[in-house]
Amino acid sequence: MGVEPNDSAAVVRGLVLAALRDPCTVPALPTAHLDLTLRLMRRARLLGRLAWRLRQAGALEAQPRVVADQLQSALVISEARARAARWELNRLAWALDDLRDVPLVAMKGCAYLLAGTPNANGRLFADVDLLVPEADLPAVELRLHERGWMGKELAPYDDLYYRRWTHELPPMTHVEREVEVDLHHSILMRTARLKPAPALLFEAARQVPGSRYKVLAPVDMVLHAIVHLFHGGDMDDALREIVDIDDLLRHYAATEPGFWEQFWPRAAALDLARPAFYGLRYACMLLGTPVPESVSAASRGGAPPVPILRLMDRLVRDALFPQHPDAPSRGAELARLLLYVRSHWVKMPAPMLARHLAYKFYVRHGRRAATEPLHRADAGAVVRSR
Amino acid sequence: MTAALPSRVGELSPAQFRGRLRGTGLGIRIGPFAVWLQARVRGLDEPLRRLYREYPLVEAGQVFSCHVALRDVQRLRPRPGRYVRFAVDGRVPHEDLPAEQALAVFEWGLNLVIALRMHCFLMLHSAVLERNGMALALPAAPGHGKTTLCAALAARGWRLLSDEFGLVRPGTMSLLPVPRPMPLKNESIEVMQAFAPDLELGPIIPGTRKGTVAHVRPLDDSVRRQHEAAPVRWVVFPEWQAGAVLSLQEVPPAEGFMRLATNAFNYEMLGAAGFETVRDMVNASRCFRLSYSDLNEAVAQLTSLADSDGG
Repeated sequence: MGVEPNDSAAVVRGLVLAALRDPCTVPALPTAHLDLTLRLMRRARLLGRLAWRLRQAGALEAQPRVVADQLQSALVISEARARAARWELNRLAWALDDLRDVPLVAMKGCAYLLAGTPNANGRLFADVDLLVPEADLPAVELRLHERGWMGKELAPYDDLYYRRWTHELPPMTHVEREVEVDLHHSILMRTARLKPAPALLFEAARQVPGSRYKVLAPVDMVLHAIVHLFHGGDMDDALREIVDIDDLLRHYAATEPGFWEQFWPRAAALDLARPAFYGLRYACMLLGTPVPESVSAASRGGAPPVPILRLMDRLVRDALFPQHPDAPSRGAELARLLLYVRSHWVKMPAPMLARHLAYKFYVRHGRRAATEPLHRADAGAVVRSR
Repeated sequence: MTAALPSRVGELSPAQFRGRLRGTGLGIRIGPFAVWLQARVRGLDEPLRRLYREYPLVEAGQVFSCHVALRDVQRLRPRPGRYVRFAVDGRVPHEDLPAEQALAVFEWGLNLVIALRMHCFLMLHSAVLERNGMALALPAAPGHGKTTLCAALAARGWRLLSDEFGLVRPGTMSLLPVPRPMPLKNESIEVMQAFAPDLELGPIIPGTRKGTVAHVRPLDDSVRRQHEAAPVRWVVFPEWQAGAVLSLQEVPPAEGFMRLATNAFNYEMLGAAGFETVRDMVNASRCFRLSYSDLNEAVAQLTSLADSDGG
């Protein structure tokens, strides 16, 4: 089906994996390969991570200027984004000051920042993701609106899609800033087949010392990263997410007592056995994550039937890596498309998926009336009347 | 015995240049950047070779700051015709533009890549020139005559460092050269042709988003010395106004600081390093506001400032 590997894809995989596993070998590459590695890591949004690790090893200054400049630039960008994320968290805490009883659980990038996990170093932060109990969402949304956070103008379909079917509100941004804030009430869409209970996540969430925020408990944090990878939709950030998963597993295995003992029972309790199986499998296969044999064995209980697994192995291998900038492969595009469709397949029932994709196709190719904005007041009414 | 490899763009024959540009590409050193360029666009080879003939070549297989590719595409929308597509490292950052504008698309595209990517520098939106070993920065928003004044100074003995980017490595107070063809717009083209008939212009490109554009080729000396940075000494905020009487007024450092910080593309991105760099630059410089309408007067005023103020 055209997902044949070709030479350039194999070169890409080799260079990217070497840069992730042994960053310090990168400067010694032949210059043409070094050049390609920098381009690939930038494309995968992992150049900052490479730069951070080289700086830690004291290897940044020794690089030729044209290399050091690119790495230094990536560090500046990732530090600026982290600063913006911290400031947004600070402002959100201020805005929600009188909702003291509402737990605010930071997730993804912000959680890594607050928890100080190693994958936060050199990471390219994007949005602020918060998990809030569903019952508290209207109050939180209202307060943020009052204090300057606005939703983007969305088509009525998109607004309704968010509110009725997904696990988050339409994204909001403060009028004076650019950081997008996503308020979640769950880690999977309402319509997904798997049903991780948010109450369990809140119960186990950990208070960040000296902060208004909590973060998910270590095992839950890893499971969320895994769910995000396999249910998130688009594959542009997939490699970075595998890297998050690998970093978090290594970090918590070393620092959190009983981490591996809790891992599989927790995955099962949260109804996340299938994604957890995939997450461990691909982190191990690609990045050599050390997973105890007992956990691997238990995780095979979450495996899909063999033909599906073979297909997934193939698709993940082809879709996960950045495209060669000069020689993009059709196979990789197809693999990405199939995984994109899969991520929707597992999170909504077939008729709804058909309707959703038809709408998206219509918007992309025939957009007219679909983009008429819905007034924000109406959008608020939808959530309050539900 | 083998002939020496060509070291500058101009040492390639037109056919060789065209062959490389349309083939796998060629590397050009532009200030601190190594740019890999591939362009398969009708009519672009000749002006590019002419404007870039002094620039050093960078051999294939090195590390490049960016890989830029331009190519011709046929499109039906917005109206049927030939368009040029600008891509950097396999990504297309903006929509296709009419093919006749290819040279401007390359120049602006490269500016975009620098502005979005090169945060190892504090990037001022500024023309920069050097005289007596010291740098003059002319920070200004578009429309204040920055490029015109810059080209005029370059035609009167100042060394061009850049007409668009004031690049400073945080922790230093030197401006780095990144000399490029200077895009004159609309009336400025005739003004400059009258002011300095010897300057070499690229093709006149009508209908761009900034109107009619023609690029001034930087003088050989500024390209040959593009590795020589210069310490900042004068920061002048220029403002061209029709009919304005020439005035060069020194402004207090605090005002200089505010104007310079808000002028930089990436002041906030750099955080504390941005603040410290702007502070150090202002402390090492004298800051002025310049209003002018007559190019000759402005050039004479700035030149006499430089020649009387030994720093």
